[in-house]
Amino acid sequence: MSIAVTHGGLTAAPVPPEPEPAKVDYLNNGHSIWSWLFTVDHKRIGILYLISISVFFVAGGTAAGIVRLNLLSSSGFIVDEDAYNRAFTAHGVMMLFFFLIPAVPAVFGNFFIPMMIGTKDLAFPKLNIASWYVFMIGAAFAIWSVLAGGIDTGWTLYPPYSTRASQSYVIPGVVGAFISGFSSIMTGLNIMVTVHKMRAPGMTWSRLPLFVWSLYATSLIQLLATPVVAITLVLIAVERAWGVGIFDPALGGDPVLFQHMFWFYSHPAVYIMILPGMGVISEVLTCFSRKNVFGYHAVAWSSVGIAVVGFLLWAHHMFVAGISFYAALLFSLLSMLVAVPSAIKVFNWTATLYRGSITFQAPMLFSLGFVVLFIIGGLTGLYLATLGTDIHLHDTYFVVAHFHFVMVGGMVMGYFAGLHYWWPKMTGRMYSDWWSRVAASIIIVGFFFTFIPQFIMGYHGMPRRYPNYPDEFQFLNVMSTAGASILGIGYLMPAVYLTLSLFFGQKSPANPWSATGLEWASPSPPTVHNFDSTPVVVCGPYEYAIGVDQMGRGLPEPPGPGGAEGPHGKVGPTGPAGPMQKETHVVG
Amino acid sequence: MSASTHTPALKHHFEDLGQQHACERLGIWMFLATEILFFGGLFGAYTMYRLWYPHEFELASSHLNWKFATVNTVFLITSSLTMTLAIRSAKLGDRSALYRNLLLTAALATAFMVVKGFEYAQDFHERYVPGPLFAAEYDDATAAVRSMSYSQAEEYFKQNTQGEHPRHQNWAADLALRNKDGSPLMAADPGKVQLFLCFYYIMTGIHGIHILVGIGCILWVTWEAWRGTIPPENYSTVEIVSLYWHLVDAIWLFLMPLLYLAGIGYGGHH
Repeated sequence: MSIAVTHGGLTAAPVPPEPEPAKVDYLNNGHSIWSWLFTVDHKRIGILYLISISVFFVAGGTAAGIVRLNLLSSSGFIVDEDAYNRAFTAHGVMMLFFFLIPAVPAVFGNFFIPMMIGTKDLAFPKLNIASWYVFMIGAAFAIWSVLAGGIDTGWTLYPPYSTRASQSYVIPGVVGAFISGFSSIMTGLNIMVTVHKMRAPGMTWSRLPLFVWSLYATSLIQLLATPVVAITLVLIAVERAWGVGIFDPALGGDPVLFQHMFWFYSHPAVYIMILPGMGVISEVLTCFSRKNVFGYHAVAWSSVGIAVVGFLLWAHHMFVAGISFYAALLFSLLSMLVAVPSAIKVFNWTATLYRGSITFQAPMLFSLGFVVLFIIGGLTGLYLATLGTDIHLHDTYFVVAHFHFVMVGGMVMGYFAGLHYWWPKMTGRMYSDWWSRVAASIIIVGFFFTFIPQFIMGYHGMPRRYPNYPDEFQFLNVMSTAGASILGIGYLMPAVYLTLSLFFGQKSPANPWSATGLEWASPSPPTVHNFDSTPVVVCGPYEYAIGVDQMGRGLPEPPGPGGAEGPHGKVGPTGPAGPMQKETHVVG
Repeated sequence: MSASTHTPALKHHFEDLGQQHACERLGIWMFLATEILFFGGLFGAYTMYRLWYPHEFELASSHLNWKFATVNTVFLITSSLTMTLAIRSAKLGDRSALYRNLLLTAALATAFMVVKGFEYAQDFHERYVPGPLFAAEYDDATAAVRSMSYSQAEEYFKQNTQGEHPRHQNWAADLALRNKDGSPLMAADPGKVQLFLCFYYIMTGIHGIHILVGIGCILWVTWEAWRGTIPPENYSTVEIVSLYWHLVDAIWLFLMPLLYLAGIGYGGHH
């Protein structure tokens, strides 16, 4: 169905009254510790995950701080070589397995997928809380391995580093990653089944918010890739424990087989880490530019495209590991292919912003940061997908900079965008607008200072994971560490103002951003069962042009000039419809 | 679906039983997909190494006891039948038949694990276990015949692999003979034999864990049926468990030829 909206031909839909703040919302529905630990409410489980992964973010960030501080001097500034190995491994393991992978799917996916598709809960609530316990058990093993002395193999756990060569605590770390993988599978399965079977009446596939599409694609990867790394980790643990040679060439094994099996998961896993961020910013960019998303179907299906193509290019991590030339050629081609759906997204986001009524609240700043940093991260990926240049750049700081641009510049920015976008809904409180904008700006600036020098260092040949370097790299390393300090301050600021907002923040209305998704129809914070009655969906997810939400009701006035915050960073006319009214049509 | 809306089997967050069952079915099929990939990684690695080292893999397989595995295959295939009959009983609302079929399935699964336990015990007794046990046994056999000629060594092993407490295990004698200088037999790298054994223990071990989980699930369904939460309109609970159970059986049907039948007919020829 496609309703052309004539210029000025429609009167705005009536804005629904502000829903009564619920007496019993999901937060005050029981205050005991048991009411949290035995909850099956997807929203509370989302909060449990939020707290857990925040701890790992701080821990992983601390490890990164040790790495960067140590690189201040060409001969190691604070720790010896062995401790340096353990620090960067701890950073990688904690950030990847215990922060990035669960970050958006387990926090915002759990919390908002049921709300966005208009249902009471995920399909399997008990499986959901079980996934958190499984995650925590895995986390306990990982913490054990760190406290016992850490792992010195790098997060990729390549044999023989992780088998014959390592004297460190590989097995508890491996067990931790193995166990937490099951939590990832459980969450992915739950989300996929929920999206298939639990959508509200009228919520067709082409009316699903793009966040849901991206998490659906993410879940597909979690489901199909994680089991393979699980069994690979079992093999590593067995090799270490029994002293046999599954991956040891001296005993008939093949270390490259490990790399194949590891990257069969871990390459798709980088899309587990980026796709949800893409979903978040598809929500935020439309909302804060007051425009229907450009190319809904292209953005939606490009998520699935990334998920599918993402399974076919793992061996580009092994171009110099001795794989056949023809295999390398094929994997190089396929790696470039995945740039296509990624570029489709970026072009569509850009077109969405074009002539939008853009405001620069924190979620939008983080999202714009995402787009810029992701473009740089994505384009530098092409240098690494190209066989010739990869031989020069492989295992240098160029690779480190590339994937930090995508993982941190992409996913962490997307995570913070989501956190700031949905914080009022999750907690019922508004955080400081000014401080949040400052934090977003500091993070973006600090990010550039940290990682742009690493591109240059890598291009000039500084290898990753080395604690020492020739003196000519010192300037760039100091600059990178300085940037990391700025970045660290930027990351600590939200911890302060978000915490303060819980106690001193203004109460949030149900729909503070004047957004269209179903999650904003519930009061802030949401009631226990999300909705008083099952919502009926009548239109697509981003009807900002005609100013209606998915239930066809009018939108409140968006924040901007004349609001409590004053005219910060306002560009162009605002309001439902805005200047774009005659150029839009209703999706669905 | 309004007729089934108020059954106690309906969980609060579903609209009706139809939705609940659709979710459960889709969920279990997705879970089975993860299981196939989980074992798929093992099968892939096994396939690669077997293509590289067919000789050692067949030799190693020939020293496993295929008789245990055959009995176990019969147990598991039969248990799939009883599991399927349990779905039928649940659908018909025949409670006593449901208990009977479920408990029969659990009993066959337990029998499988008991046989498996005897098999592992025998393997350990023969020190046919990768790592130090294997190395010690193999080194012992090699050292015992180091100063002998090949035919002396053959004669020595003939006597010392017999009886209640043989001095050497058959597999160690076989390997030591093959790797002896001047042996007419094809040499076999003990590292690669252990590689096969790694796959044997990991695959059957993980499969065994799946059997144990399956027994737990079957007993849980039995208990649920006894509590009365599986009325005929909610028979899909039994179906869900049965899907898992069939997958566990199906994996065994791949493990049996890959691990036990690979070496059938190997031992005789030199």
